[in-house]
Amino acid sequence: MSSVLYDAQGPRAKRRNVLYTVVFLLAAAALGWWVFQTLSDKGQLDWEKWKPFFSGSEAWTTYILPGLWNTLIAAALSMVIALPLGAVFGIARLSDHAWIRVPAGVIVEFFRAIPVLILMIFGLALFAEYTNVGSDDRPLYAVVTGLVLYNASVLAEIVRAGILSLPKGQTEAAQAIGLRKTQTMTSILLPQAVTAMLPAIVSQLVVIVKDTALGGAILTFPDLLAAVSPMSSYYGANTIASFTIVALIFVLLNFALTSFASWLERRLRSGKKSTGAVLPPAAVGGTESAGTAA
Amino acid sequence: MFDFLEGYDLLGAFWVTVQLTLLSAAGSLVWGTVLAAMRVGPVPLMRGFGTAYVNFVRNIPLTVIILFTSLGLFQALSISLGGQRFETINFRLAVLGLVAYTAAFVCEAIRSGINTVPVGQAEAARALGLNFTQVLTLVVLPQAFRAVVGPLTNVLIALTKNTTVAAAIGVAEAALLMKEMIENEAQLLLISAVFAFGFVCLTLPTGLILGWVGKKVAVKR
Repeated sequence: MSSVLYDAQGPRAKRRNVLYTVVFLLAAAALGWWVFQTLSDKGQLDWEKWKPFFSGSEAWTTYILPGLWNTLIAAALSMVIALPLGAVFGIARLSDHAWIRVPAGVIVEFFRAIPVLILMIFGLALFAEYTNVGSDDRPLYAVVTGLVLYNASVLAEIVRAGILSLPKGQTEAAQAIGLRKTQTMTSILLPQAVTAMLPAIVSQLVVIVKDTALGGAILTFPDLLAAVSPMSSYYGANTIASFTIVALIFVLLNFALTSFASWLERRLRSGKKSTGAVLPPAAVGGTESAGTAA
Repeated sequence: MFDFLEGYDLLGAFWVTVQLTLLSAAGSLVWGTVLAAMRVGPVPLMRGFGTAYVNFVRNIPLTVIILFTSLGLFQALSISLGGQRFETINFRLAVLGLVAYTAAFVCEAIRSGINTVPVGQAEAARALGLNFTQVLTLVVLPQAFRAVVGPLTNVLIALTKNTTVAAAIGVAEAALLMKEMIENEAQLLLISAVFAFGFVCLTLPTGLILGWVGKKVAVKR
């Protein structure tokens, strides 16, 4: 394989690359050996500590699956609530009236500038003080509130960028046949923008899934991450094993979502029927990196 | 009206946030650039490592990484990064976690910057007989960095907000202080407003200043 950055490799370059590969392998092997030694010194590699995940389903049914379920519930709820909210604010930012456009812009920029964790802590105290939500439900409410406030403002930007990405001729043609502004938006622009936005929305789902873990670590929300400490104390301090399994589940889940997003993008780009306007998964500044994810 | 602030080191907490941000930013810029160089380099094994690292780390919640540094690295494996006191150890672990995580995003930003450099630049450099390291460090990266000030600013702003996750392992930064204050004082809205204002003060100027810098240094094409 060659790229524009380096020439096709001759015999000397090939020898040099083999040398680099060997050096890199040695360094990686040394690091791996050190990790292995440390782990086995502390007894973290004992089969006893890994056994619960591979034989018997107790660890899965007691700790992991309920946690994963809560993570998915919180993520799905946040997405479902944030999407319409984001659409409203995204469209409001495109309004012709300054008294709608400016406040919507201020609100969106404000919630984008604040860490999700701050919003979640605020939500938790808010529900405790001003509502009669039971203390068992409060963490879920707080997590969803924080995620909705933040992600609605990110989705608003995605919606705005999606509408702006459509060719100008669409608006002009709609006006030419006498549609009103609302009609242009609802029957011409939005339906096309939704397809253009799909990849970006799916990859925002990755950010949401990752951010639910904040609730598990700090708000006592019983999500997948929160399953780690009871699990590792029950199975005899198998911290490394528990973290590995939980991290792998997160990676697999999010990798599936990411791959789905880029598959969608490729498919929409090559489609003949659309206007060809597609927002790539990370179209809006920092979307992809913005969650704690950020 | 603001007497509830008495007895709390608000500025100190935000100073810890700033320190976390700056140290992690410096670390992840270096590690991210190295990763990006690996991903575009001629050695297949390094390319594979870079790709695997980025795809793996990007898909783990930062919270999992940060908690792992404390519960996994420190408590289970006794890796303390040379710190003696509990606060120092947690601070260093948090920086380590933030660097490991943010570097993946820095790497992707720089790689997209490398793609904006016209092909002719690298071809001309190769025609002069420069090798891969020279092409990258003398010709491509200097132009790429000018193009990625904008994307890197977004990563930096996200990093500023992400430092709050360090509260999960007890680093005394802004979010932890906010949690403590809300539990002790009956001023929920005011306290939240103060902390929200603090973060707006940190992130908004960063965006504005670096946005201006980005326009200033961008290569006209």
